[in-house]
Amino acid sequence: MVVKEYIKPKTLNKAYELLKQNKRNYIIGGGAWIKLTLKSVETFISLDDLNLNKVEETDKEIIIGAMTTLHDIEGNESINNLYNGLLAKACHSIMGMNVRNIATIGGSIMGRLAFSDIYPVLLVLNTTLVFHNAGEIKFSDFLDNPRMERDILVKIKIIKESGKGFFKKVSNTPLDFALINFAITNGKSGYKISIGSTPYIAKRALKTETYLNNIKTINAENLDKAVNIALEELKFSDNIRGSKAYRIELTKAYIKRGIKQVMNYVG
Amino acid sequence: MLVKFYVNNELKNFECEPGDFLLDTLRKNNYLSVRRGCDNTSCGVCTVLFDGKPVPSCSLLTVKAEGHRITTVEGIQSEAEKIGIYFGDEGADQCGFCNPSLALTVYAMKKELKNPTIKEVKEYLVGNLCRCTGYIAQERAIMKYLGDKS
Repeated sequence: MVVKEYIKPKTLNKAYELLKQNKRNYIIGGGAWIKLTLKSVETFISLDDLNLNKVEETDKEIIIGAMTTLHDIEGNESINNLYNGLLAKACHSIMGMNVRNIATIGGSIMGRLAFSDIYPVLLVLNTTLVFHNAGEIKFSDFLDNPRMERDILVKIKIIKESGKGFFKKVSNTPLDFALINFAITNGKSGYKISIGSTPYIAKRALKTETYLNNIKTINAENLDKAVNIALEELKFSDNIRGSKAYRIELTKAYIKRGIKQVMNYVG
Repeated sequence: MLVKFYVNNELKNFECEPGDFLLDTLRKNNYLSVRRGCDNTSCGVCTVLFDGKPVPSCSLLTVKAEGHRITTVEGIQSEAEKIGIYFGDEGADQCGFCNPSLALTVYAMKKELKNPTIKEVKEYLVGNLCRCTGYIAQERAIMKYLGDKS
């Protein structure tokens, strides 16, 4: 990897200006993947001096600086209190702790990797991304718009809600990428289900959620129906990590298991 | 470019390129206990401590270390010796290639986790893939070291 320059701007405006100057200028997060993904870089723009590596909490929100490492998120108390620590669990399941000490949440989000373990979780949480230029964008809109203009992710805001959460990453070893991953919550606004690495990028199972939120009591029969709706509305396929058929079987098992774990939420 | 950071509590200047990784800079400057394994963020054998936290030095740009504290196994010599004795007692040593990185990770774990369960210990070690002697003997040695209050 050839890098011509490394600059640590003192303001976001300066960082943004540099980003706009050249297509080969990149914002560097922790840098965990740069060796494998970038060949030639004009300038790395570091956000290290911009105080973005903290998690803050207000009455209504948890605000995560884009440069917060995955390992710091794992240990954060307010994040551990949100939906049974759903986001902390997802971070914990990524690579080894040494990599999580450099990998940042901002880098993990901006990478747009379909096997991401945090995407399904951020989709079921009430998540907004705060960009320097574009301002606030709902996380789901960010995923739906892969062609958005180059920008700097500054913060991630998550609305604090009470509820139960379930996260499962299926992989051959703990160090592997997800073969498929699931995030399921049950709170004030009912059930939310999101599945990632199908091997496509994470998606909410909205029709399945609507079905579940409109039935009085959940039993074996309507759980089967819910699973069928999910299998119909989401797209599954083969890739090097697993077959379509295996992913479908895993989806059947983990949707049921997840819902059973969160169904006794009392609001 | 010139980058200044501490290695084992000693402030030093390092000449490097903006795209150099810490592993290469350390090895060029004769810190040869920092090993090169997969060189692509997977095996963990290049692990050093960055302000006390284990990180894979093959994937951290040297410039990111500016002003920070890097620790190699030489910086924790007495604890590394203790870990070595427990490893020896359990027959958990083989070629020794991975030991510096594993010792650093175990040392950091002892500071970070309070009375960890075996499950927590295993999870903490996921990033140290290079452990050819067998994970079980090492886990026994590590549990004994974690319980050592001396």
